[in-house]
Amino acid sequence: MTTQMLTYLFVGASFLLYIGIAIWSRAGSTRDFYVAGGGVHPLMNGMATAADWMSAASFISMAGIISFMGRDGSVYLLGWTGGYVLLALLLAPYLRKFGRFTVPDFIGERYYSKAARIVAVICLIFISFTYVAGQMRGVGIVFSRYLEVEVTTGVIIGMAVVFMYAVLGGMKGITYTQVAQYCVLIFAYMVPAIFISIMITGNPIPQLGFGSEVNDGSGLSVLQKLDGVLMDLGFNAYTAGTKSTIDVFAITAALMFGTAGLPHVLVRFFTVPKVSDARLSAGYALVFIAILYTTAPAVASFARLNLVDTVHNSSYDQAPQWFSNWEQTGLVGWEDKNDDGIMHYSAGSDNEIRVDRDIMVLANPEIANLPGWVIALVAAGGVAAALSTAAGLLLVISSAISHDVLKQTLMPNISEKQELLFARLAAAVAVCVAGLFGIYPPAFVAQVVAFAFGLAAASLFPALLLGIFYKPMNKEGAITGMLIGLIFTFSYIVYFKFISPQLNTSEHWLFGISPEGIGFIGMLLNICCALGISKVTSPPPIEVQHLVDNIRIPTDAGTAHQH
Amino acid sequence: MTNRLDQHRGNYLPPSQHHYQSTASEKKLATYWQSNLSLLAKLIAVWFVVSFGCGIVLADWLDQFSFFGFKLGFWFAQQGAIYAFVAIIFIYSWRMKVLERRFGVDQEGSS
Repeated sequence: MTTQMLTYLFVGASFLLYIGIAIWSRAGSTRDFYVAGGGVHPLMNGMATAADWMSAASFISMAGIISFMGRDGSVYLLGWTGGYVLLALLLAPYLRKFGRFTVPDFIGERYYSKAARIVAVICLIFISFTYVAGQMRGVGIVFSRYLEVEVTTGVIIGMAVVFMYAVLGGMKGITYTQVAQYCVLIFAYMVPAIFISIMITGNPIPQLGFGSEVNDGSGLSVLQKLDGVLMDLGFNAYTAGTKSTIDVFAITAALMFGTAGLPHVLVRFFTVPKVSDARLSAGYALVFIAILYTTAPAVASFARLNLVDTVHNSSYDQAPQWFSNWEQTGLVGWEDKNDDGIMHYSAGSDNEIRVDRDIMVLANPEIANLPGWVIALVAAGGVAAALSTAAGLLLVISSAISHDVLKQTLMPNISEKQELLFARLAAAVAVCVAGLFGIYPPAFVAQVVAFAFGLAAASLFPALLLGIFYKPMNKEGAITGMLIGLIFTFSYIVYFKFISPQLNTSEHWLFGISPEGIGFIGMLLNICCALGISKVTSPPPIEVQHLVDNIRIPTDAGTAHQH
Repeated sequence: MTNRLDQHRGNYLPPSQHHYQSTASEKKLATYWQSNLSLLAKLIAVWFVVSFGCGIVLADWLDQFSFFGFKLGFWFAQQGAIYAFVAIIFIYSWRMKVLERRFGVDQEGSS
């Protein structure tokens, strides 16, 4: 069977699986739709969270980004895992105890105000839509690369599948499909990684191979050899960074605090039965995420080394098979500037090789000479990664609309049945809007996804944190804080990315912090303003102070001794 | 659903309005919260040291040490800190279970 047919088979089979799960786990109530009935096993929730979290970008692009950034790529590794510590220790257990449906639910109740709820909804929709647009595009790209269909057709197929299980099953359907998607994507990621590791170092565990000697008899470790060859070609050493320490610090912090403030991740912890399950579940989620996140930097170094070893200075007629295969897609290219028929790779202007970062993962199976079914598996994994994240994001958008905007604010008298219908309608509309973003991507999408983190860090995270740990925090402080954090971060990013991109260099940045890291400063501003304003305005009413006492204790304080 | 929410609201009433609660149990809960906060402070400190400390601020200095074929600072930034994050969450989860049982606020059987 050809690789093409195998790919259709694998991707088709995985779709049937997802749709089957969706039909089996239909949502019967709003509680099913928003939080999967609140009965998801912590281990299952951990897997679902990992799939929800790891997007097409994590699966396809991250290893490539690290491959070309070297040490500077650590900001993503640290930032996108460290946030789970904050989540598990500072937010998830208390939000679970609060036990309602959405993140704006908590903000609206804790800050006893519809205005606070609406500000939270605005932050949520802004963060989630920028994020989901990138996912739908990712679905389309994966389809077009592997199945040789138009990006638009790919997006439409992806929309149809997500529509089936998100609209039918709500959170319940999404949770169980995400569990299946996690299994598909991690298997698809690890198989080529293990073989590449064996090929380069002889060690089957990529995390260990990363530090081992290259098996070419040179006696050098992977990283020593990589540093050496890259410096010879005029690049920076792989293990040395180019970003300033303060910028690395700020970007990492923005990504971490942003991760902890992302609504589609937070809401996953509303679905487990108990407070202690929320903590445990965050631990499982990070284990499942760490499997991929500790493998990615190893793959990054192997792939870069392999690129230099096999492509640089070899004649074009003897180029490795994968190079010519992927040349047709435009992801790699060669331009013979000095007409010598030899492919020359360097950091300077005499470089003749163009490499798209995504190739570092996509071409792995071929680089390691793996059979066609592994390539088909990677395709199914990429689609799983993109679909699972898109579905999770669409769900928080639709819950925010049907629950926070309609039921809690505009139409408090609708019945549960009507609310469930509105939730499904909102999910359907959100799928279509996201699909449109995928087909007609706004030019800024790629740039903006990373900023969703900055905005989450600067707006939602402090409001949640202070709401739990600082009892005197009142609505005036929280609302001002969220708005100031959001507006400051948003303006800084828009100024440097869209209004004056020519000024986007470190000497113009505030304290030398790039737009990627500014969410950290936005967060500090938010906290300072919130604390300052809460000191000079009236404290929250007594019931709200008791609400805070209540969420701090895992049991219902009053009912613990009642049986 | 509405019923459940109403019940929830009831619990936010001042504890003094529940006749079965005493100041003793309020005190106990306050101690529980203090123990939680001090555990949190320690673990957040470890989180900060392994990531921002070893992985970023001290990384250049740590690079002079070699660790299983890695420069140590680089290893922390691309591997070690992630393992430490996982450990921190499981330690917190385990210690909190112990604390909850000691203070009688675990949810076993109460849900």
